[in-house]
Amino acid sequence: MVTKTFKRPDGRKVDEMRKITAKVGIVPNADGSAMFSFGDTIAVAAVYGPKMMHPQHSQNAEKGTLRCQYNMLSFSVTDRIRPGPSRRSMEISKITEWALEPVVMLKDFPTQVVDVHINILQANASTRCAGINAAALALAHAGVPMKNLVSSVSIGKLDKQLVVDLIKEEEDWEEGEGATDMPFTFTPDGQLTHVQLDGKITPKQLKEAVELARKATAEIYEIQKKALKEIGGK
Amino acid sequence: MIITPRINGDRIKRYLSEGKRFDGRKPDEFREITIETGVSKNAEGSARVKIGETEVLVGIKMAVGEPYPDSPDAGNMMVTAELLQLSSPRFEGGRPGFDSVEIGRVVDRGIRESKYIDFSKLCIEKGKKVWTVFIDIYSINDDGNLLDAAGIGAIAALKHAKIPKYDEKEGKVLFGELTKDGLPLAKGVPIAITVYKVGDKLLVDPTREEEDVSEARITTGISDGVISSMQKGMEKSLSVEEFNKILDIVERVWKDLNSKIEKI
Repeated sequence: MVTKTFKRPDGRKVDEMRKITAKVGIVPNADGSAMFSFGDTIAVAAVYGPKMMHPQHSQNAEKGTLRCQYNMLSFSVTDRIRPGPSRRSMEISKITEWALEPVVMLKDFPTQVVDVHINILQANASTRCAGINAAALALAHAGVPMKNLVSSVSIGKLDKQLVVDLIKEEEDWEEGEGATDMPFTFTPDGQLTHVQLDGKITPKQLKEAVELARKATAEIYEIQKKALKEIGGK
Repeated sequence: MIITPRINGDRIKRYLSEGKRFDGRKPDEFREITIETGVSKNAEGSARVKIGETEVLVGIKMAVGEPYPDSPDAGNMMVTAELLQLSSPRFEGGRPGFDSVEIGRVVDRGIRESKYIDFSKLCIEKGKKVWTVFIDIYSINDDGNLLDAAGIGAIAALKHAKIPKYDEKEGKVLFGELTKDGLPLAKGVPIAITVYKVGDKLLVDPTREEEDVSEARITTGISDGVISSMQKGMEKSLSVEEFNKILDIVERVWKDLNSKIEKI
Protein backbone atom coordinates (compact mmCIF):
# COMPACT_ATOMS: atom_id res chain seq x y z
CA MET A 1 0.00 0.00 0.00
CA VAL A 2 2.73 2.45 0.97
CA THR A 3 4.85 3.09 -2.08
CA LYS A 4 8.23 4.70 -1.64
CA THR A 5 8.35 6.26 -5.09
CA PHE A 6 5.25 8.48 -4.78
CA LYS A 7 6.24 12.18 -4.72
CA ARG A 8 4.16 14.57 -2.62
CA PRO A 9 4.30 18.26 -3.55
CA ASP A 10 6.01 19.18 -0.27
CA GLY A 11 8.31 16.16 -0.24
CA ARG A 12 6.70 14.38 2.71
CA LYS A 13 6.48 10.60 2.95
CA VAL A 14 3.02 9.23 2.22
CA ASP A 15 2.39 8.46 5.90
CA GLU A 16 4.08 11.59 7.24
CA MET A 17 2.07 14.41 8.77
CA ARG A 18 3.11 18.04 8.60
CA LYS A 19 4.85 19.53 11.64
CA ILE A 20 2.32 19.58 14.42
CA THR A 21 2.27 22.14 17.18
CA ALA A 22 -0.16 22.05 20.06
CA LYS A 23 -0.35 24.55 22.88
CA VAL A 24 -2.82 24.76 25.71
CA GLY A 25 -3.89 27.97 27.43
CA ILE A 26 -3.70 30.77 24.93
CA VAL A 27 -6.91 32.74 25.61
CA PRO A 28 -6.68 33.96 29.21
CA ASN A 29 -10.36 34.93 29.39
CA ALA A 30 -11.60 31.46 28.46
CA ASP A 31 -12.20 28.58 30.87
CA GLY A 32 -10.05 26.50 28.58
CA SER A 33 -8.23 27.13 25.31
CA ALA A 34 -5.78 25.63 22.89
CA MET A 35 -4.02 26.08 19.58
CA PHE A 36 -3.41 23.20 17.20
CA SER A 37 -1.66 23.35 13.86
CA PHE A 38 -0.81 21.05 11.00
CA GLY A 39 1.92 23.04 9.20
CA ASP A 40 0.29 26.22 7.90
CA THR A 41 -3.20 25.28 9.09
CA ILE A 42 -3.74 26.95 12.44
CA ALA A 43 -6.81 26.49 14.62
CA VAL A 44 -7.58 28.15 17.93
CA ALA A 45 -10.32 26.89 20.25
CA ALA A 46 -11.75 28.47 23.40
CA VAL A 47 -14.18 26.90 25.84
CA TYR A 48 -16.65 28.80 27.99
CA GLY A 49 -18.64 26.82 30.53
CA PRO A 50 -20.32 24.71 31.73
CA LYS A 51 -22.60 27.68 32.29
CA MET A 52 -26.32 28.47 32.44
CA MET A 53 -28.14 27.73 29.20
CA HIS A 54 -30.11 30.65 27.81
CA PRO A 55 -32.87 30.72 26.72
CA GLN A 56 -34.15 28.52 29.49
CA HIS A 57 -36.38 26.45 27.22
CA SER A 58 -33.26 25.14 25.47
CA GLN A 59 -32.10 23.47 28.67
CA ASN A 60 -31.97 19.69 28.72
CA ALA A 61 -32.83 18.34 32.16
CA GLU A 62 -31.13 15.01 31.44
CA LYS A 63 -27.78 16.05 30.08
CA GLY A 64 -25.67 19.05 29.32
CA THR A 65 -25.36 20.58 25.89
CA LEU A 66 -22.18 20.85 23.84
CA ARG A 67 -22.31 23.75 21.42
CA CYS A 68 -19.53 24.19 18.87
CA GLN A 69 -18.96 27.04 16.51
CA TYR A 70 -16.47 26.69 13.67
CA ASN A 71 -15.44 29.86 11.90
CA MET A 72 -12.79 30.78 9.36
CA LEU A 73 -11.33 34.26 9.59
CA SER A 74 -12.03 36.18 6.40
CA PHE A 75 -8.34 36.45 5.56
CA SER A 76 -7.41 32.87 6.44
CA VAL A 77 -7.51 31.85 2.76
CA THR A 78 -6.38 33.47 -0.49
CA ASP A 79 -9.90 34.46 -1.64
CA ARG A 80 -11.51 36.45 1.16
CA ILE A 81 -14.38 34.65 2.93
CA ARG A 82 -17.47 36.68 3.71
CA PRO A 83 -17.59 36.97 7.50
CA GLY A 84 -20.41 35.21 9.34
CA PRO A 85 -21.88 31.72 9.23
CA SER A 86 -22.23 29.83 5.94
CA ARG A 87 -23.78 26.48 5.10
CA ARG A 88 -20.31 24.96 5.16
CA SER A 89 -19.41 26.37 8.56
CA MET A 90 -22.79 25.33 10.00
CA GLU A 91 -22.13 21.77 8.89
CA ILE A 92 -18.59 21.67 10.24
CA SER A 93 -19.79 23.09 13.57
CA LYS A 94 -22.30 20.27 13.89
CA ILE A 95 -19.81 17.62 12.75
CA THR A 96 -17.41 18.90 15.39
CA GLU A 97 -20.08 18.56 18.10
CA TRP A 98 -20.75 14.99 16.98
CA ALA A 99 -17.03 14.21 16.90
CA LEU A 100 -16.57 15.40 20.50
CA GLU A 101 -19.83 14.32 22.15
CA PRO A 102 -18.91 10.64 22.60
CA VAL A 103 -16.08 11.60 24.98
CA VAL A 104 -17.69 14.50 26.87
CA MET A 105 -19.61 13.37 29.96
CA LEU A 106 -22.67 15.49 29.28
CA LYS A 107 -24.67 13.72 32.00
CA ASP A 108 -22.43 15.39 34.59
CA PHE A 109 -23.82 18.84 33.92
CA PRO A 110 -27.54 18.66 33.12
CA THR A 111 -29.27 21.91 32.04
CA GLN A 112 -25.85 23.53 31.51
CA VAL A 113 -24.11 24.36 28.26
CA VAL A 114 -20.48 24.27 27.18
CA ASP A 115 -19.59 26.61 24.34
CA VAL A 116 -16.63 25.77 22.13
CA HIS A 117 -15.52 28.50 19.75
CA ILE A 118 -13.14 27.37 17.02
CA ASN A 119 -11.45 29.84 14.73
CA ILE A 120 -9.20 29.08 11.82
CA LEU A 121 -6.49 31.73 11.72
CA GLN A 122 -4.70 30.42 8.67
CA ALA A 123 -5.78 27.65 6.33
CA ASN A 124 -3.98 25.14 4.18
CA ALA A 125 -6.50 22.25 4.18
CA SER A 126 -7.46 19.93 7.07
CA THR A 127 -8.98 22.85 8.97
CA ARG A 128 -11.81 20.84 10.52
CA CYS A 129 -9.32 18.25 11.81
CA ALA A 130 -7.11 20.93 13.35
CA GLY A 131 -10.25 22.51 14.84
CA ILE A 132 -11.41 19.27 16.44
CA ASN A 133 -7.94 18.58 17.87
CA ALA A 134 -7.78 22.10 19.34
CA ALA A 135 -11.32 21.78 20.72
CA ALA A 136 -10.54 18.48 22.47
CA LEU A 137 -7.52 20.09 24.13
CA ALA A 138 -9.46 23.21 25.12
CA LEU A 139 -12.23 21.09 26.69
CA ALA A 140 -9.68 19.14 28.70
CA HIS A 141 -7.97 22.36 29.73
CA ALA A 142 -11.29 23.76 30.93
CA GLY A 143 -11.73 20.72 33.16
CA VAL A 144 -14.94 19.65 31.44
CA PRO A 145 -15.52 16.02 32.47
CA MET A 146 -14.30 13.77 29.66
CA LYS A 147 -13.75 10.06 29.21
CA ASN A 148 -10.89 10.68 26.84
CA LEU A 149 -9.51 12.97 24.15
CA VAL A 150 -10.28 12.65 20.47
CA SER A 151 -7.78 13.08 17.64
CA SER A 152 -8.54 13.98 14.07
CA VAL A 153 -6.62 13.64 10.81
CA SER A 154 -7.34 13.83 7.10
CA ILE A 155 -6.45 10.90 4.88
CA GLY A 156 -6.21 11.53 1.15
CA LYS A 157 -6.18 9.37 -1.92
CA LEU A 158 -4.17 11.02 -4.70
CA ASP A 159 -4.74 9.10 -7.90
CA LYS A 160 -4.33 5.60 -6.39
CA GLN A 161 -2.04 6.47 -3.49
CA LEU A 162 -3.22 6.91 0.10
CA VAL A 163 -1.51 9.74 1.99
CA VAL A 164 -1.82 11.27 5.46
CA ASP A 165 -2.64 14.92 6.28
CA LEU A 166 -3.59 16.68 3.04
CA ILE A 167 -2.45 20.14 2.00
CA LYS A 168 -4.44 22.39 -0.35
CA GLU A 169 -2.30 21.48 -3.34
CA GLU A 170 -3.10 17.81 -2.74
CA GLU A 171 -6.81 18.48 -2.20
CA ASP A 172 -6.84 19.90 -5.73
CA TRP A 173 -4.96 16.89 -7.19
CA GLU A 174 -6.13 16.26 -10.73
CA GLU A 175 -3.90 13.51 -12.15
CA GLY A 176 -5.27 10.01 -12.55
CA GLU A 177 -8.23 9.36 -10.30
CA GLY A 178 -7.94 12.81 -8.73
CA ALA A 179 -8.17 13.52 -5.02
CA THR A 180 -10.30 11.90 -2.36
CA ASP A 181 -10.42 13.68 0.98
CA MET A 182 -11.34 11.71 4.10
CA PRO A 183 -11.23 13.38 7.50
CA PHE A 184 -11.45 10.91 10.42
CA THR A 185 -11.70 11.40 14.18
CA PHE A 186 -10.87 8.61 16.63
CA THR A 187 -10.74 8.13 20.38
CA PRO A 188 -7.46 6.62 21.63
CA ASP A 189 -9.23 3.28 22.11
CA GLY A 190 -10.22 3.13 18.45
CA GLN A 191 -13.81 4.37 18.44
CA LEU A 192 -14.69 6.32 15.31
CA THR A 193 -16.51 9.54 16.21
CA HIS A 194 -16.40 11.33 12.86
CA VAL A 195 -15.85 10.53 9.21
CA GLN A 196 -16.53 12.39 6.00
CA LEU A 197 -15.50 11.62 2.44
CA ASP A 198 -15.36 13.45 -0.86
CA GLY A 199 -13.98 11.85 -3.99
CA LYS A 200 -13.88 8.32 -5.34
CA ILE A 201 -12.74 5.22 -3.50
CA THR A 202 -13.56 1.53 -3.37
CA PRO A 203 -14.85 0.06 -0.11
CA LYS A 204 -11.67 -2.03 0.13
CA GLN A 205 -9.34 0.98 -0.05
CA LEU A 206 -11.53 2.86 2.38
CA LYS A 207 -10.87 0.14 4.94
CA GLU A 208 -7.13 0.68 4.39
CA ALA A 209 -7.62 4.42 4.87
CA VAL A 210 -9.23 3.73 8.25
CA GLU A 211 -6.11 1.85 9.37
CA LEU A 212 -3.86 4.73 8.28
CA ALA A 213 -6.07 7.16 10.19
CA ARG A 214 -5.86 4.98 13.31
CA LYS A 215 -2.06 5.12 13.22
CA ALA A 216 -1.89 8.87 12.58
CA THR A 217 -4.45 9.73 15.27
CA ALA A 218 -2.47 7.66 17.78
CA GLU A 219 0.53 9.92 17.05
CA ILE A 220 -1.59 13.04 17.39
CA TYR A 221 -2.94 11.77 20.71
CA GLU A 222 0.59 11.60 22.14
CA ILE A 223 1.25 15.19 21.06
CA GLN A 224 -2.03 16.34 22.61
CA LYS A 225 -1.20 14.58 25.89
CA LYS A 226 2.22 16.22 25.96
CA ALA A 227 0.67 19.65 25.40
CA LEU A 228 -1.69 19.12 28.33
CA LYS A 229 1.19 18.14 30.61
CA GLU A 230 3.00 21.36 29.77
CA ILE A 231 0.26 23.62 31.10
CA GLY A 232 1.58 26.22 33.48
CA GLY A 233 5.24 25.37 32.96
CA LYS A 234 7.73 25.98 30.25
CA MET B 1 -41.77 19.06 21.00
CA ILE B 2 -42.95 15.66 19.88
CA ILE B 3 -40.62 12.77 20.54
CA THR B 4 -40.82 9.03 20.43
CA PRO B 5 -41.66 7.74 23.91
CA ARG B 6 -38.87 5.84 25.65
CA ILE B 7 -41.12 2.78 25.99
CA ASN B 8 -41.35 2.52 22.18
CA GLY B 9 -37.61 3.08 21.85
CA ASP B 10 -36.85 0.27 24.28
CA ARG B 11 -39.16 -2.06 22.43
CA ILE B 12 -37.66 -1.13 19.05
CA LYS B 13 -34.23 -2.05 20.43
CA ARG B 14 -35.49 -5.28 21.99
CA TYR B 15 -37.08 -6.33 18.70
CA LEU B 16 -33.91 -5.47 16.79
CA SER B 17 -31.80 -7.65 19.06
CA GLU B 18 -33.86 -10.52 17.65
CA GLY B 19 -33.41 -9.14 14.12
CA LYS B 20 -37.03 -7.92 13.93
CA ARG B 21 -38.68 -4.58 13.18
CA PHE B 22 -42.20 -3.30 13.92
CA ASP B 23 -43.22 -3.40 10.25
CA GLY B 24 -41.80 -6.87 9.68
CA ARG B 25 -38.80 -5.76 7.62
CA LYS B 26 -35.29 -7.17 7.91
CA PRO B 27 -32.68 -4.72 9.27
CA ASP B 28 -31.17 -4.16 5.82
CA GLU B 29 -34.47 -3.95 3.95
CA PHE B 30 -35.96 -0.73 2.50
CA ARG B 31 -39.67 0.06 2.51
CA GLU B 32 -41.35 0.15 -0.86
CA ILE B 33 -39.95 2.92 -3.06
CA THR B 34 -42.10 4.61 -5.68
CA ILE B 35 -40.61 7.13 -8.06
CA GLU B 36 -42.70 9.36 -10.28
CA THR B 37 -41.21 11.93 -12.65
CA GLY B 38 -42.76 14.94 -14.35
CA VAL B 39 -44.88 16.00 -11.41
CA SER B 40 -44.51 19.74 -11.88
CA LYS B 41 -45.08 21.38 -15.26
CA ASN B 42 -43.05 24.55 -14.95
CA ALA B 43 -39.93 22.89 -13.66
CA GLU B 44 -37.27 21.76 -16.13
CA GLY B 45 -37.39 18.42 -14.37
CA SER B 46 -39.21 17.06 -11.35
CA ALA B 47 -39.81 13.95 -9.31
CA ARG B 48 -41.82 12.66 -6.42
CA VAL B 49 -40.26 9.92 -4.34
CA LYS B 50 -42.03 7.92 -1.69
CA ILE B 51 -40.27 5.53 0.64
CA GLY B 52 -43.08 4.00 2.65
CA GLU B 53 -44.93 7.03 4.00
CA THR B 54 -42.00 9.38 3.60
CA GLU B 55 -42.44 11.64 0.61
CA VAL B 56 -40.31 14.31 -1.06
CA LEU B 57 -40.74 16.51 -4.11
CA VAL B 58 -37.70 17.58 -6.10
CA GLY B 59 -37.68 20.18 -8.85
CA ILE B 60 -34.92 21.26 -11.24
CA LYS B 61 -34.74 24.85 -12.44
CA MET B 62 -31.99 26.21 -14.62
CA ALA B 63 -30.63 29.68 -15.16
CA VAL B 64 -27.84 31.30 -17.15
CA GLY B 65 -25.24 33.22 -15.24
CA GLU B 66 -21.58 34.01 -14.93
CA PRO B 67 -19.23 31.15 -14.11
CA TYR B 68 -17.07 31.15 -10.99
CA PRO B 69 -13.65 32.66 -11.69
CA ASP B 70 -11.89 29.37 -10.86
CA SER B 71 -13.96 27.38 -13.37
CA PRO B 72 -14.67 29.71 -16.33
CA ASP B 73 -15.79 26.89 -18.62
CA ALA B 74 -17.99 24.88 -16.25
CA GLY B 75 -21.61 25.13 -15.23
CA ASN B 76 -22.74 25.24 -11.62
CA MET B 77 -25.11 23.41 -9.35
CA MET B 78 -26.94 24.45 -6.22
CA VAL B 79 -28.85 22.10 -3.95
CA THR B 80 -31.23 23.36 -1.30
CA ALA B 81 -33.63 21.45 0.90
CA GLU B 82 -36.57 22.80 2.81
CA LEU B 83 -38.43 20.88 5.48
CA LEU B 84 -41.94 22.20 4.91
CA GLN B 85 -44.11 22.79 7.94
CA LEU B 86 -46.92 20.92 6.22
CA SER B 87 -44.93 17.70 6.30
CA SER B 88 -44.60 17.24 10.04
CA PRO B 89 -45.86 18.80 13.28
CA ARG B 90 -42.20 18.96 14.29
CA PHE B 91 -41.00 21.35 11.64
CA GLU B 92 -40.90 25.01 12.41
CA GLY B 93 -40.80 27.95 10.05
CA GLY B 94 -38.16 30.60 9.88
CA ARG B 95 -34.52 30.37 8.98
CA PRO B 96 -33.39 27.00 7.61
CA GLY B 97 -32.21 24.82 10.47
CA PHE B 98 -29.28 22.46 10.44
CA ASP B 99 -31.29 19.43 9.29
CA SER B 100 -32.31 21.02 6.01
CA VAL B 101 -28.84 22.45 5.41
CA GLU B 102 -27.36 19.00 5.98
CA ILE B 103 -29.74 17.31 3.52
CA GLY B 104 -28.85 19.89 0.87
CA ARG B 105 -25.13 19.52 1.42
CA VAL B 106 -25.09 15.72 1.59
CA VAL B 107 -27.12 15.43 -1.63
CA ASP B 108 -24.93 18.07 -3.27
CA ARG B 109 -21.73 16.21 -2.48
CA GLY B 110 -23.14 12.85 -3.59
CA ILE B 111 -23.83 14.29 -7.04
CA ARG B 112 -20.81 16.57 -7.35
CA GLU B 113 -18.13 14.16 -6.12
CA SER B 114 -19.34 11.28 -8.27
CA LYS B 115 -19.11 13.61 -11.31
CA TYR B 116 -22.67 12.64 -12.19
CA ILE B 117 -23.24 15.92 -14.04
CA ASP B 118 -20.67 16.83 -16.70
CA PHE B 119 -20.42 20.53 -15.90
CA SER B 120 -18.06 21.23 -18.81
CA LYS B 121 -21.00 20.59 -21.16
CA LEU B 122 -23.05 23.28 -19.40
CA CYS B 123 -20.85 26.09 -20.63
CA ILE B 124 -22.44 28.44 -23.18
CA GLU B 125 -19.65 30.99 -23.56
CA LYS B 126 -16.37 30.50 -21.76
CA GLY B 127 -15.86 32.94 -18.92
CA LYS B 128 -19.17 34.68 -19.59
CA LYS B 129 -22.19 32.42 -19.62
CA VAL B 130 -22.83 29.03 -18.10
CA TRP B 131 -25.88 27.10 -16.97
CA THR B 132 -26.59 26.77 -13.28
CA VAL B 133 -28.66 23.77 -12.24
CA PHE B 134 -30.81 24.39 -9.18
CA ILE B 135 -31.96 21.25 -7.37
CA ASP B 136 -34.64 22.14 -4.83
CA ILE B 137 -35.89 19.51 -2.43
CA TYR B 138 -39.08 19.79 -0.39
CA SER B 139 -40.41 17.37 2.20
CA ILE B 140 -44.10 16.49 1.85
CA ASN B 141 -44.36 13.88 4.59
CA ASP B 142 -41.70 12.88 7.09
CA ASP B 143 -41.76 9.29 8.24
CA GLY B 144 -38.02 8.90 8.57
CA ASN B 145 -35.10 8.63 6.14
CA LEU B 146 -35.65 11.94 4.38
CA LEU B 147 -31.93 11.94 3.55
CA ASP B 148 -32.07 8.92 1.24
CA ALA B 149 -35.43 9.97 -0.23
CA ALA B 150 -33.96 13.38 -1.08
CA GLY B 151 -30.96 11.77 -2.78
CA ILE B 152 -33.10 9.46 -4.90
CA GLY B 153 -35.47 12.34 -5.73
CA ALA B 154 -32.61 14.52 -6.93
CA ILE B 155 -31.36 11.79 -9.28
CA ALA B 156 -34.84 11.09 -10.64
CA ALA B 157 -35.49 14.79 -11.26
CA LEU B 158 -32.11 15.27 -12.95
CA LYS B 159 -32.77 12.32 -15.24
CA HIS B 160 -36.16 13.76 -16.15
CA ALA B 161 -34.92 17.32 -16.78
CA LYS B 162 -34.68 18.94 -20.21
CA ILE B 163 -32.58 22.04 -20.86
CA PRO B 164 -34.74 25.08 -21.73
CA LYS B 165 -34.23 27.03 -24.96
CA TYR B 166 -31.83 29.91 -24.77
CA ASP B 167 -32.00 32.98 -26.99
CA GLU B 168 -28.35 33.91 -27.51
CA LYS B 169 -29.11 37.24 -29.21
CA GLU B 170 -31.34 38.51 -26.45
CA GLY B 171 -29.40 36.65 -23.78
CA LYS B 172 -32.62 35.30 -22.37
CA VAL B 173 -33.75 31.88 -21.27
CA LEU B 174 -37.06 30.98 -22.90
CA PHE B 175 -38.59 29.31 -19.88
CA GLY B 176 -41.41 26.96 -20.67
CA GLU B 177 -39.89 26.05 -24.03
CA LEU B 178 -37.75 23.01 -23.50
CA THR B 179 -35.22 21.57 -25.92
CA LYS B 180 -35.02 17.84 -26.47
CA ASP B 181 -31.66 17.76 -24.69
CA GLY B 182 -31.43 16.20 -21.28
CA LEU B 183 -28.72 17.16 -18.83
CA PRO B 184 -25.22 15.73 -19.49
CA LEU B 185 -25.33 12.90 -16.96
CA ALA B 186 -23.00 9.97 -16.34
CA LYS B 187 -24.24 6.42 -16.71
CA GLY B 188 -23.78 5.24 -13.16
CA VAL B 189 -26.22 6.92 -10.77
CA PRO B 190 -24.90 8.07 -7.39
CA ILE B 191 -27.17 6.71 -4.66
CA ALA B 192 -27.15 7.91 -1.07
CA ILE B 193 -27.57 5.12 1.45
CA THR B 194 -27.71 5.86 5.15
CA VAL B 195 -27.02 3.17 7.71
CA TYR B 196 -28.25 3.87 11.25
CA LYS B 197 -27.09 2.48 14.56
CA VAL B 198 -29.95 1.72 16.93
CA GLY B 199 -28.90 0.24 20.25
CA ASP B 200 -26.01 -1.93 19.12
CA LYS B 201 -27.63 -2.96 15.84
CA LEU B 202 -27.37 -1.50 12.33
CA LEU B 203 -30.32 -0.86 10.03
CA VAL B 204 -31.31 1.02 6.87
CA ASP B 205 -34.35 3.12 5.96
CA PRO B 206 -35.65 3.87 9.47
CA THR B 207 -39.20 4.96 10.14
CA ARG B 208 -39.54 8.21 12.09
CA GLU B 209 -39.64 6.27 15.38
CA GLU B 210 -36.57 4.21 14.53
CA GLU B 211 -34.69 7.33 13.41
CA ASP B 212 -35.60 9.03 16.70
CA VAL B 213 -33.97 6.32 18.79
CA SER B 214 -30.89 5.93 16.60
CA GLU B 215 -27.67 7.37 17.97
CA ALA B 216 -25.28 7.31 15.01
CA ARG B 217 -25.53 7.15 11.25
CA ILE B 218 -23.34 7.15 8.17
CA THR B 219 -24.56 8.36 4.78
CA THR B 220 -22.59 6.97 1.84
CA GLY B 221 -22.86 8.13 -1.76
CA ILE B 222 -22.03 5.24 -4.07
CA SER B 223 -22.09 4.82 -7.86
CA ASP B 224 -20.73 1.95 -9.96
CA GLY B 225 -19.70 0.32 -6.68
CA VAL B 226 -17.31 3.19 -5.92
CA ILE B 227 -17.83 5.40 -2.87
CA SER B 228 -17.68 9.11 -3.64
CA SER B 229 -19.05 10.79 -0.53
CA MET B 230 -19.59 9.97 3.09
CA GLN B 231 -20.69 11.68 6.25
CA LYS B 232 -21.12 10.42 9.76
CA GLY B 233 -23.88 11.98 11.80
CA MET B 234 -24.98 12.09 15.42
CA GLU B 235 -23.50 11.72 18.84
CA LYS B 236 -22.42 8.07 19.25
CA SER B 237 -19.14 6.59 18.09
CA LEU B 238 -18.62 3.47 15.99
CA SER B 239 -15.97 0.79 16.23
CA VAL B 240 -13.84 0.02 13.18
CA GLU B 241 -15.60 -3.34 13.02
CA GLU B 242 -19.00 -1.64 12.85
CA PHE B 243 -17.69 0.75 10.21
CA ASN B 244 -16.56 -2.15 8.05
CA LYS B 245 -19.92 -3.86 8.55
CA ILE B 246 -21.65 -0.67 7.38
CA LEU B 247 -19.59 -0.72 4.18
CA ASP B 248 -20.73 -4.28 3.53
CA ILE B 249 -24.39 -3.34 4.09
CA VAL B 250 -24.02 -0.36 1.75
CA GLU B 251 -22.61 -2.51 -1.04
CA ARG B 252 -25.44 -5.01 -0.63
CA VAL B 253 -28.25 -2.45 -0.49
CA TRP B 254 -26.70 -0.47 -3.35
CA LYS B 255 -26.96 -3.43 -5.75
CA ASP B 256 -30.63 -3.67 -4.92
CA LEU B 257 -31.50 0.04 -5.23
CA ASN B 258 -29.30 0.60 -8.27
CA SER B 259 -31.32 -1.77 -10.45
CA LYS B 260 -34.47 0.18 -9.53
CA ILE B 261 -33.11 3.68 -9.98
CA GLU B 262 -31.16 3.03 -13.18
CA LYS B 263 -34.41 2.26 -14.95
CA ILE B 264 -36.01 5.67 -14.42
